[in-house]
Amino acid sequence: MRSTEIAGWFAHIGLHDRPQVGGKGGSLGELQRAGIDVPPGFVVKTGAFERFIQALEREAPVRARIEALNADDLDAVSRCCKEMRERVEKADLPREVLDEIATAHGELCGAGAQTPVAVRSSATTEDASDASFAGLQDTYLWVTSLEDTLHRVRSCWASLYSVESVTYRRKRGMPEEGVAMAVVVQKMVNARTAGVMFTRSPTTGDRSVITIEGAWGLGSAVVSGEVTPDRWVLGKITGEIPVRDISDKHIQHVPAAGGGTEEVPVPDDLRKKACLSDDELQALRGIARKVERHYGRAQDIEWAVERDTNRILLLQSRPETVWSSKDAAPVARPASDPLSHVMSIFGGQR
Amino acid sequence: MNAQLKPTGFPLPSSLKVIPGTERAQAAYPYHIQFGPGDDERFWFYNSMHFPEPMSAFDMVTAEAAYAALGSANTRVHCLPTTLGIDHRIINGRVYIGGNAVTDPAEIARRTDEFQKRAFYYYANWERLYAQWKEKMLKLIKDAQALPKPELPEFEPLENVHAGRGVASNHYLLDTYQKTLEGYFRMWHHHFEFLLLGYGAYLTFFAFCKKAFPEITDQTIARMVAGIEAEIFRPDDELRRLARRAVELGVDSKFQEGVSAEDIIRSLEQAGEPGREWLKELEKSRDPWFNINVGDGFYHYHRAWNDDLSMPFAGLPEYMRRVKAGESLDREIERLQAERKQLIDDYRELLSTDEERAAYDQMITLAHRVFPYVEGHKFYCEHWYTNLFFNKIREFGALLSKHGFFPNPDDVFHLNHYELELAIIDLMSAWSSGSTPRGPQHWPKLVAERRAAIAIWAKHDTPPALGPVPDVIDDPAIVMLWGITRESLNQWLEASTGGNSNEVKGFAASSGVVEGTARVVKSVEEISRLQKGDVLVCQVTNPTWAPIFQKIVGAVSDIGGSMSHAAIVAREYGLPAVVGTGNATSRIKDGQRIRVDGGRGIVTILQ
Repeated sequence: MRSTEIAGWFAHIGLHDRPQVGGKGGSLGELQRAGIDVPPGFVVKTGAFERFIQALEREAPVRARIEALNADDLDAVSRCCKEMRERVEKADLPREVLDEIATAHGELCGAGAQTPVAVRSSATTEDASDASFAGLQDTYLWVTSLEDTLHRVRSCWASLYSVESVTYRRKRGMPEEGVAMAVVVQKMVNARTAGVMFTRSPTTGDRSVITIEGAWGLGSAVVSGEVTPDRWVLGKITGEIPVRDISDKHIQHVPAAGGGTEEVPVPDDLRKKACLSDDELQALRGIARKVERHYGRAQDIEWAVERDTNRILLLQSRPETVWSSKDAAPVARPASDPLSHVMSIFGGQR
Repeated sequence: MNAQLKPTGFPLPSSLKVIPGTERAQAAYPYHIQFGPGDDERFWFYNSMHFPEPMSAFDMVTAEAAYAALGSANTRVHCLPTTLGIDHRIINGRVYIGGNAVTDPAEIARRTDEFQKRAFYYYANWERLYAQWKEKMLKLIKDAQALPKPELPEFEPLENVHAGRGVASNHYLLDTYQKTLEGYFRMWHHHFEFLLLGYGAYLTFFAFCKKAFPEITDQTIARMVAGIEAEIFRPDDELRRLARRAVELGVDSKFQEGVSAEDIIRSLEQAGEPGREWLKELEKSRDPWFNINVGDGFYHYHRAWNDDLSMPFAGLPEYMRRVKAGESLDREIERLQAERKQLIDDYRELLSTDEERAAYDQMITLAHRVFPYVEGHKFYCEHWYTNLFFNKIREFGALLSKHGFFPNPDDVFHLNHYELELAIIDLMSAWSSGSTPRGPQHWPKLVAERRAAIAIWAKHDTPPALGPVPDVIDDPAIVMLWGITRESLNQWLEASTGGNSNEVKGFAASSGVVEGTARVVKSVEEISRLQKGDVLVCQVTNPTWAPIFQKIVGAVSDIGGSMSHAAIVAREYGLPAVVGTGNATSRIKDGQRIRVDGGRGIVTILQ
């Protein structure tokens, strides 16, 4: 396995490679290096995108056209975006880009095999704007051939030219030079159960608990909000589980026969059954603490439990942004007379 | 305020009637604790935590003495800034209490100055004053033990005459009674000497944790503070020790279920050296650790283990089984201490700044200093001393019963403590004049009436609270001791008006989820009905019911905060528990299948 400017394996990359591999890719590399199980894969780096765009530019301008747009002229933006997306989706890949992706794909899936992969865009922008792009970027699950993989890589690139993305950049006057997209290609996990977990409570910002949400099948049903997940709150330190909300999980996402995923009903006997065992919850707690310690800050994590092996894999870890960006007043300050703290109880609430 | 009921209020005291036919029994309580004019304008709640069952006329002394002492400590001794003492009222044998908040800012400021001069001195000198407290308590216990058994011989013993004592036995009857009461009232003053200050320091740390870690469970905070070698664990520790010794000595087969404690002891006496050896170990445990009563010390019939060995003996077979299964029953003190320290360190690390960590250290240091008192005082006061007190009254009961005042010695508890003094004076006067006391004509009818009234009252539910709900509950005593907050009152109100839901909400006392058959136990006599696997549903959970905690799978109570001893013992046993539900014993029916979610404080009625 060899990494180049076009394709980089998770084992060879980390967060500091973000400009070339994007946030998602860098995070997966970082996790693997920290000894955490992630589905194996590689990143189609921004070097590939850059070579591809250069080839497009040689046929007809791309970046200059975008920069010339007025964000308020929605018609013009729409027309231009549609044209650019079509060009990105249709154009041939430069030879060296095609070869390197094909080689990496072959190494990942075994030559000729129909091993399914996930193709996911991995933006290079910083946290804040990343958050604004959330949902605008694409993830394609259960992609079963090299041809489809290449097609989805171009779809991810094309998402840079969605109306929303372009409007966002134009409103801020961002230069198009340097706008790039990395793409993660990794083995699909056929998840028995999947979901998200937060090392800082999303509802209260509490650092002492881990909130875990999960449902049957692939994580897409949880992330998209199509199913109400089971929800647990675990003491980060104690491991106690004070909250267990087991919901009625009526549907799940599973791999479809012809590639992609489909929504199917959950068998009646599983609908109201907890989708994780206590042992699995504790294992997730251990992983969450390890990831949080590795990054030195609170994380939002996507995870899956593999159907045949019950192995826990992490699909993504992002720094928590909502509570971390708040300036919280200190809960209490040390007092010159330690006894004076009791006045908070005896002094009254008025 | 007029009598119009706010939609969000509880019934007014004036609307709560004495149950017909029990009016004369109700009149046995003194005038100043009957509901009366002005009481409709105040908020009252039923103190089912301490008084879960109707009070007999004598047992009312437990409320009178306790509130006289609590009030003086708060109002006059430590001068709590925002609260004075607590008033109490009794109706249908149920004790309602109401706090006296201080709301005038100038008055709060004045009291704050006083408070800091007094309470801060106590905190600063806690260890010395607490050591002194223990000496005072042990002396008080010794004095009570030294009081003579009340007796009226036909002739004054010759040795008293030859010794020139010059005081006859009838005088000592009254003297002993008055000293018994005096000691009991004094004990309650000792009880409250530190209590509110101790809870306050604990609650300061508790409130900090809740703010810093909004989702932390109450039980985690309790684990950080709880002592490892508290007196309250000792009786149960002694049981474990005795179980282990019985197995070591090979006498464990003598402990069969269904065999009475007396028969077991008799068979051990006949079992040679090992049997006698075990009985010696039993004696060691009994003094003082079996001076623990099966209730909370507020009822004469909550007998101590020492007076009724059936309770501790009931717990022995299960412990013996565990010993034989190779389980170590020892509480590993060092390991528990190391775990507690680790827990405290780990939470400290989660705080965001060194400033917060320094404040955290200050608060937990104080909480650790005061907590031995909070955990330890009950053994000396509500258990050891209270047992001596009720047993002494029982001796008076035996004497009066012998002289025909009433049929059974325990009937004495149907006289209030003023009436009992009159009965004693009646007897001592008759003894001295050589005539017949009037009591045998006077008391039997009243005693029968009052006994019947208690049985009637016990069958009637009583509202959890009365009167208008205050906007804020800012009385640290009520929040600390009863866990009553505006939120918990809203839950009670919801439950009393709604009732459509299958959920009963309370405080999350000990985490875990369990399903089982509800055993609604309204008095301590009923606890023998509990079967293995049942969920205990009671008005107040009690740590001294320790042996039965081995049988049950969960516990639910009407009243109690998450730092009540009940909650601590439930956690010790790893049982899911929900406390402070307000009305679980009336909403859950005996035999129903219920789910207890001790982590969330929710009980679900499944059928």
